[in-house]
Amino acid sequence: MSTLFFLVQQTMFFTVPLMVVALGGMFSERSGVINIALEGIMIIGGFCSILFIKMMENTMSGQPLLILAILIAMVSGALFSLLHAYASINMKADQTISGTALNMLAPALSIFLARMIQAEGVQQIQFKNTFRIEKVPFLGDIPVIGDLFFRNTYITTYIGIAILILSAILLYKTKFGLRLRACGEHPQAADSVGVSVYKMRYAGVLISGALSGLGGLIFVVTTSTNFNATVAGYGFLALAVLIFGQWKPFYIAGAALFFGFMKTISATYSSIPFLYNLQITGYVYKMVPYIATLIVLIFSSKRSQAPKAEGIPYDQGSR
Amino acid sequence: MSNKEKKGGILSRNLDKLAGPVSSVGAIVTGLLFGLIVLLIANPSNALSGFWWIISGALQTPQDIGNILYYATPIIMTGLSVAFAFKTSLFNIGASGQFILGAYGAVLVGVRLSSLGPVHWVVALLASMVFGALWALIPGILKAYRNVNEVISCIMFNYIGMYLTNSLVKETVYHQLTNRSVPVAETANIPSMGLNFIFPGSKVNGGIIIAAVIAVVLYFVLNKTTFGFELKACGYNRHASRYAGINEKKSIVLSMVIAGALAGLGGGLLYLAGTGKYIYVQDTLAPEGFSGISVALLGMSHPIGSFFAGLFIGYITVGGSYMQLSGFKPEIIDIITAAIIYFAAFALLFRNILHRINFRKGGERT
Repeated sequence: MSTLFFLVQQTMFFTVPLMVVALGGMFSERSGVINIALEGIMIIGGFCSILFIKMMENTMSGQPLLILAILIAMVSGALFSLLHAYASINMKADQTISGTALNMLAPALSIFLARMIQAEGVQQIQFKNTFRIEKVPFLGDIPVIGDLFFRNTYITTYIGIAILILSAILLYKTKFGLRLRACGEHPQAADSVGVSVYKMRYAGVLISGALSGLGGLIFVVTTSTNFNATVAGYGFLALAVLIFGQWKPFYIAGAALFFGFMKTISATYSSIPFLYNLQITGYVYKMVPYIATLIVLIFSSKRSQAPKAEGIPYDQGSR
Repeated sequence: MSNKEKKGGILSRNLDKLAGPVSSVGAIVTGLLFGLIVLLIANPSNALSGFWWIISGALQTPQDIGNILYYATPIIMTGLSVAFAFKTSLFNIGASGQFILGAYGAVLVGVRLSSLGPVHWVVALLASMVFGALWALIPGILKAYRNVNEVISCIMFNYIGMYLTNSLVKETVYHQLTNRSVPVAETANIPSMGLNFIFPGSKVNGGIIIAAVIAVVLYFVLNKTTFGFELKACGYNRHASRYAGINEKKSIVLSMVIAGALAGLGGGLLYLAGTGKYIYVQDTLAPEGFSGISVALLGMSHPIGSFFAGLFIGYITVGGSYMQLSGFKPEIIDIITAAIIYFAAFALLFRNILHRINFRKGGERT
């Protein structure tokens, strides 16, 4: 039983950042802008917020500090994504190029700044992790469910779930969501009924920036105690989760959960007696999440639900 | 009258041809200026000397120039790989995985088949191409027959390839003490092809000549052959080319396989350079694959353009290592490269405008 609790808790650590970032990517792509800069934005969000935690950790600790850091991560991610929005919306640039540029810029910038700001030019940012919640009051005492979801967790897990629900409501139940989706499917039609395509696309990219920045913070806080200008390819994986999840909020959550669970198996197989006794080399387990995702894709990709106008700059004059 | 028109036509056609290089140079200049601003903010008193190192550091001695060629070789190959795939509208983000598998193929042959003698290195390079091609074959097949987005399958294959290489290195060519592959036989190293006389003391070898020849070959294949035309046609419009009788599925698979072979050869060229490069068993993706994306973008997806773009990135990398003499961190080079790529995205717009003006002129004439 304790193995099961451990697995579920670990799965959450891998799933939540992936899901949050993929949801961010969803808003951008649903508005018609491909955002392969998710990885870079995660790094910037992680960098700014971890630096903030590092600077404030002598005066604050625990949840208040984490919540402030979350705000910093979202704001910095959104600001960084403005570069992508400007290039791909105003300048009608190739969105892949601009995204690639941001993915290159982010790690270089964070290493450069970290080495400039910190003493002796150290590039890693160490921080004290005071954010783990051993047990949520009351809820943690519920048998089984309490053990599964309310012990040994982070506040970011619940924020992630809230973001999932809010995203679904925003996308499907509000005027904003309808307009956003229209801009991703047929921007000329949206424009003809008075929707500003530029504004909606800016909104899409900015939301993706804020959520990716947040995802960067969640990833770093829940998996380590130092930040080294990398998020281990999670931005690219989130892109895969987004496509795997067919650009739909709950499908994305499912895809992230699937990948997160596979990742947990590969990270913890040695402490699961059944898998450990199989005597398979560890590399096989490390490859399993990626192979499993590919296999699922082979059977689900025949009809893709990608937004129709995604990646095409909006040109009012074109027919 | 007709003479004048002809003249105008030729002029505008030349203008169109020039637009690509001109806008790339524009992006480079803007990116470098951006780098200068970053230097000025970081440390105003040393900024100018640091900038001067970036510009001139790599051109001081023949040794430095040789090192530019050495650094450029692998990223030219991954750049050609990405550029070739771009020409057929595929985004080969998987060059990293193909590169490291190619490197493994080359090292495996380089270590094991030392009885081959003088053709050892050739066989090892061929092995690197085969390994790289195989690694791109599956995403190609998935794209053509199952409509799996090649970006995501390539990302997955990067990670699978990294872990697979780690495990294969451990099982076949592992040096326990240093956690890396064992050195390849002397005969597996690429000969310097006379370049060591031109650039004494540098790390350069015949790899750069191989890369140059391949760039030219690719240019001819893409622009002067039916095969290249078919690949490009599939890139422009998959359905139209099927209607025109082109086997579009075969074209997609082939163009991925060729891209994979190019990236794999890049791995072979780097790890057989005889400069003490070993495959380390570590969980990091090969960065050369991602540099290839920058090279291809800066080279406007043109084979010859990618060759020069790779040389340029090599040039500022060598310059950047000298810049540390002025007390700057080498990451500034990555910042500058990123800025150049960002402005290159704008430059495409510039080219499109020229294109459109030219197109309109052509329309008036008829």
